[in-house]
Amino acid sequence: MKFSALILSNLFRKKVRLTLTLGSFAVALFLFAFLAVVRDAFNRGGAVASANRLVTINRVSIIQPLPLSYRDKIARIPGVQKVTHDNWFGGVYQDEKNFFPQFAIDPETQRQVFTELQVSDDQWNAFLKDRQGAIAGAGLAKRFGWKIGDRIPIKTTIYGSASSWEFNLVGIYHGQTPQDDETQFWFQWDYFEERVPQSIKGQVGWYTVKLDSPDDAVRVSKVIDDEFANSPYETKTQTESAFAASWVKQFGNIEFLILAIGSVVFFTLLLVTGNTMAISVRERTGELAILKAIGFKDGSILFFVLAESLAIALFGGILGLGLAVLAIPALGGALNGSFLPTLILTKSVLAVGLVFALFVGAASGLLPGIGASRLRVVEAFRRI
Amino acid sequence: MVTVNTNGNSNALIQVRGLNKAYRRGGEQISVLQCLNLDVDKGDFVGFMGPSGSGKTTLLNLLGGLDVPTSGTVSVAGDEITHMSSGKLTEWRARHVGFVFQMYNLVPVLTANQNVELPLLLTRLSRSQRREHVEAALAIVGLRERGNHFPRQLSGGQEQRVAIARAIVSDPTFLLCDEPTGDLDRKSADEIMELIEELVSKHNKTVLMVTHDPLVAARAHMVLHLEKGVLVEGVKSRQNVPAGGVA
Repeated sequence: MKFSALILSNLFRKKVRLTLTLGSFAVALFLFAFLAVVRDAFNRGGAVASANRLVTINRVSIIQPLPLSYRDKIARIPGVQKVTHDNWFGGVYQDEKNFFPQFAIDPETQRQVFTELQVSDDQWNAFLKDRQGAIAGAGLAKRFGWKIGDRIPIKTTIYGSASSWEFNLVGIYHGQTPQDDETQFWFQWDYFEERVPQSIKGQVGWYTVKLDSPDDAVRVSKVIDDEFANSPYETKTQTESAFAASWVKQFGNIEFLILAIGSVVFFTLLLVTGNTMAISVRERTGELAILKAIGFKDGSILFFVLAESLAIALFGGILGLGLAVLAIPALGGALNGSFLPTLILTKSVLAVGLVFALFVGAASGLLPGIGASRLRVVEAFRRI
Repeated sequence: MVTVNTNGNSNALIQVRGLNKAYRRGGEQISVLQCLNLDVDKGDFVGFMGPSGSGKTTLLNLLGGLDVPTSGTVSVAGDEITHMSSGKLTEWRARHVGFVFQMYNLVPVLTANQNVELPLLLTRLSRSQRREHVEAALAIVGLRERGNHFPRQLSGGQEQRVAIARAIVSDPTFLLCDEPTGDLDRKSADEIMELIEELVSKHNKTVLMVTHDPLVAARAHMVLHLEKGVLVEGVKSRQNVPAGGVA
């Protein structure tokens, strides 16, 4: 393009200012990407939730148990294909900072309900044969360097004395998509039932119900909750995505918090860049007047200013998002073991980030650009 | 030939008829130019002199289509520019007018080559054609070897030469020079004036120049005086230089 020399020369006119403005964009876009992946991580439960799965918990709270006897009653409800149950173990592996979810699962139904989390038949059969057998998600095994055959001691913090429960790692499960949670640790419900105190025996944490069709979700939910209404263990049944959403809400309104921080960052970026462009244009009043005098039209002047601000936004945005591509996996590793699921930076986040950057670039260049394009040559010469 | 206070038809390149320019400042109407009539032929070199505030630069701005008159007309090569839209006027300026200013007004981040090339970016010329034109223009002003220098690497006189090259590169109908030597020492000013004279004599350019300097004005074919917005009959320039000149 024949105007590129003019645009690039103006862009690099004040290198320190350019560097600082690019830095502002880079930091803002990095923050945007980080907030977006955190938001995505919180919402992932809902996103990967199966449309034909329901979760039934105690109406009072998820930490209150439900009787195991509910399993067969739920399974008999028309529209229910399979029911499985889980118990939260909440143990500690080596150190309290090594957090990961451990579930006592029902080996008979787990694979039929959670079909997306796959284990080879050999490993599954080994799991069934070993009462102390355990299956870990691929991410979890990688995190601790576990391999099949390892003996894994996990100290209970909820059930009974603080002694360790010993598990034999017999399998590794894999998700079908990057979003699937590969950080869980499964062991047999029978082993759990055998070792927990008498007062807890015969109780499960929650049921996961697989439906014949997602269309049955509302009806089956109502039937389950009606079935156990006015019992000592009333239930609350909801779709898996609604359950995931209510789980996230326990941490507060994360969505609002992230949106608020993101909005402040972008608004500030808009002001900073807008101010920079306004100063940059004001400094060049004489040059812009000359360009107009020798025949550059108002639209060309507006184009030069916008091209400059868009170039800053584009390069700054690429810089920030590139930084995010490099840093977020490392940050995710550092945060591993916290309550946050794996941080995944998707292409759509990068694309939205770039669009946001270009929007800010265009918006910040628009007003100074319009001002420059409307500049009256005679008045500009009078001022300089 | 330059004719002042004419109001008849002519074939002059530039025809100014009944030109008035007034500004409103506060509630007061300030008349800057009053009923100017002027004919300038192709190849003329006209100097405008007068005290500050007499309307010299305003006249130049009106002739160059940078400003619009309160009344009256300016026609150049048959085009009446006073009623053109802003967009048309901008296009017209690109084709017909070369500007030279006192402060050179080069773009500091562009090389001499790139500064001179600016008016050509508005044309359909190819890159190589633009380069040829730029080299030719810089050769005329004697700076072909300094094309890759930035303005800060040039002296004031050289900067003004580059500005002149930028003014002539698109072969405009006429040049408007507003105090072209006002920021230069005498030696550089003489060199610039020799260059402008050369443009008139060798390249048959039409030049209208505003200056305060009688020695500079003396180079023009005709010097016209503006006093309180009224154009006074011109004199042959050489007679206008006071004895001993002006330092």
